[in-house]
Amino acid sequence: MGNEFVQFSLTPMLIGTLAAVACALPGNFLLLRRQALIGDAISHVVLPGIVVAFLLTGAVAAIPMLLGAAGAAVVAVIVIEAIKRLGRIEPGAAMGVTFTSLFAGGVLLLEQSDTSSVHLDVEHALMGNLESLIWFKARGWGSLLDPVALAALPDELGRIAAVCALVIALTVLFWRPLKISTFDEGFAQAQGLPVGLIGFGLVGVAAVAAVAAFDAVGSIIVIAMFICPPAAARLMTNRLERQVGWSVVFAVASAVLGYVLAGYGPLWFGGQNAVSAAGMIAVVSGLILGLACLVGPHRARVGARGEAA
Amino acid sequence: MSSLLDALLLGAGYNAALVGIGAGLLGFAAGAAGTFLFLRKRALVSDAVAHATLPGVGLAFIAMVALGGDGRNLVGLLAGSALSAWAGLLLVEWITRRTRLSEDAAIGAVLSVFFGAGVVLLTVIQTMSAGRQAGLEGFLLGSTAGMLFQDAVVIAVGGTLAVLATWVLRRPMTLVAFDADYAAACGYDVRRIDLAMMALVMAVTVIGLKLVGLILIVAMLIIPPVTARFWTERSGRVIWIAGALGGTAGYVGAAISASAPAMPTGPIIVLGAAALFLLSLFLAPARGVAAALLRRRRFQRRVHRRQGLLALARSERVHDPLTLKVLRAEGLIRPDGVATDAGRAQAARVARDERRWDVAREIHQDAGLTGRYDGLTPIEQVFTPDEIAAFDRVIGGPSPVGGPV
Repeated sequence: MGNEFVQFSLTPMLIGTLAAVACALPGNFLLLRRQALIGDAISHVVLPGIVVAFLLTGAVAAIPMLLGAAGAAVVAVIVIEAIKRLGRIEPGAAMGVTFTSLFAGGVLLLEQSDTSSVHLDVEHALMGNLESLIWFKARGWGSLLDPVALAALPDELGRIAAVCALVIALTVLFWRPLKISTFDEGFAQAQGLPVGLIGFGLVGVAAVAAVAAFDAVGSIIVIAMFICPPAAARLMTNRLERQVGWSVVFAVASAVLGYVLAGYGPLWFGGQNAVSAAGMIAVVSGLILGLACLVGPHRARVGARGEAA
Repeated sequence: MSSLLDALLLGAGYNAALVGIGAGLLGFAAGAAGTFLFLRKRALVSDAVAHATLPGVGLAFIAMVALGGDGRNLVGLLAGSALSAWAGLLLVEWITRRTRLSEDAAIGAVLSVFFGAGVVLLTVIQTMSAGRQAGLEGFLLGSTAGMLFQDAVVIAVGGTLAVLATWVLRRPMTLVAFDADYAAACGYDVRRIDLAMMALVMAVTVIGLKLVGLILIVAMLIIPPVTARFWTERSGRVIWIAGALGGTAGYVGAAISASAPAMPTGPIIVLGAAALFLLSLFLAPARGVAAALLRRRRFQRRVHRRQGLLALARSERVHDPLTLKVLRAEGLIRPDGVATDAGRAQAARVARDERRWDVAREIHQDAGLTGRYDGLTPIEQVFTPDEIAAFDRVIGGPSPVGGPV
């Protein structure tokens, strides 16, 4: 059990967890700023970015694709803003117009270009392939101390770990400005904080997290982790510090439980094959959110019926 | 190019013609139904609805196989997808009403969780013996290659019903979209009307699954209404313009897709709609970007003309290049910057207008009228001749303006 676990399950589980945390942290602030669906939009436009990067470089290499995806995310944010201002259109509709068009463009480019030789398709982009990120060289827990085996860890692990660390560092570093500008933009402006820049930076960090997570786990987890853990955490407490803490707990719980249920759950019910881990992680995060909606201590709107209870 | 013409004229074969007609009808229905969603500022709810169809498709397939039937029966799959989409919709509504989460969070949560559940079910189906060629992935991005006559009939009938329902419900839905509180005060059940609107959206989504796919069907619901909004200020017209735009995008998109290889139908239709949107964004009268630029330019020239003439009236030299250009173009000053006779006459008029406004703002009581002074509106447009005559009596006799005294 131990050896097999390290070889087949440890790295996907770690990658899933890191991706979940990296997305859930900025998700907290996006949720409070009512920009929760930015994550949805970003994860759609990542596809054209990746395809364009592939067409330019002609190879499925991680770094150019990440750059392409990040570029596409930035373009999408700018286009959404431009449509909102130029056309005087409400944000939701502007977002809907932008990300569907860009996604359609990505699919078309993908169909038009010759990608039959490489592993690049829409389903993979959507669903990810967490199960395939196994650690071939591992021979058991002892491999964690073995430099040769460690060198053969999947590249995705290193990238998502770096991004997760970056997101945590930025969140800690910019905690006060983020908090102030999220809750009271006018006050933040009066304090001389660059409110617009903070907003754009937040979306930028979210994009980086989304792109890195997308590379490892596909876009379903990205959208789910941007929204479900922070939303559930929002129903648990009234303090931002605790909300962020809860959201990390929920994100980790979803990733670990989801992976275990997907990999071993079917076996308990007499099935033969594992089901999609990415999908299962999203489902578990949804179940956690559902529970929070039913019994979370701060679930009701202030002043709503039931607040007295 | 000729193959595109063939496809447009329904001459590219039986299947292509079916797809084209189906896409046109679907586009019309989606544009019309999506209008209310857009006017109600809930465009992205359709995204949750669309993604929530996936688990229903999977469950319907499993159920039909378990009952010994053909899992790929389109009507069965669509019925399943409608059920789960409805569940997703009610969940969005429940979360927004019962908890303090905002609607966008509810939308995102429902769409990602339902989609995740759908993906789990798809992997379950892949391991079933009957599921190996299920082709359910086609519902993600739509697939028209193997469309049957029966499928086209489903799309045509469903699309027609959706348009009819839009027509019947247009008044209450418009009312709710513009002023939900007023509608509630009038005795309408706003929640039921909202749900009816969503049912319509769901119907279009389900019908469009086969053709455009669940990821892109949102585009058919959002882009045409947003585009149509550029062309008119009347909600009644937005519905039909959006329908026409959606129908055109659907029909032409299907034709282009049929006329060339590697042109997936759904994305082509969406890109067609996006192209129409971009055209409208820039070129639409009144609300378009080009029109706004023109308006701005015209306003700027009026301001420069007025200020230039006032400067001439005060015998000052004009230095601003744009002002010089505007005045020269009308023949009001000579190239060396000296006012012509016509220029002096205009300057005198403008100076008198300005003076009258000064007096008017001093002695007239009605701030609603004097408040219309903006440095551009001629006083004749605001006050009656005898009121102006009264101002002139305060000003007194004429004094010479312009040129060296």
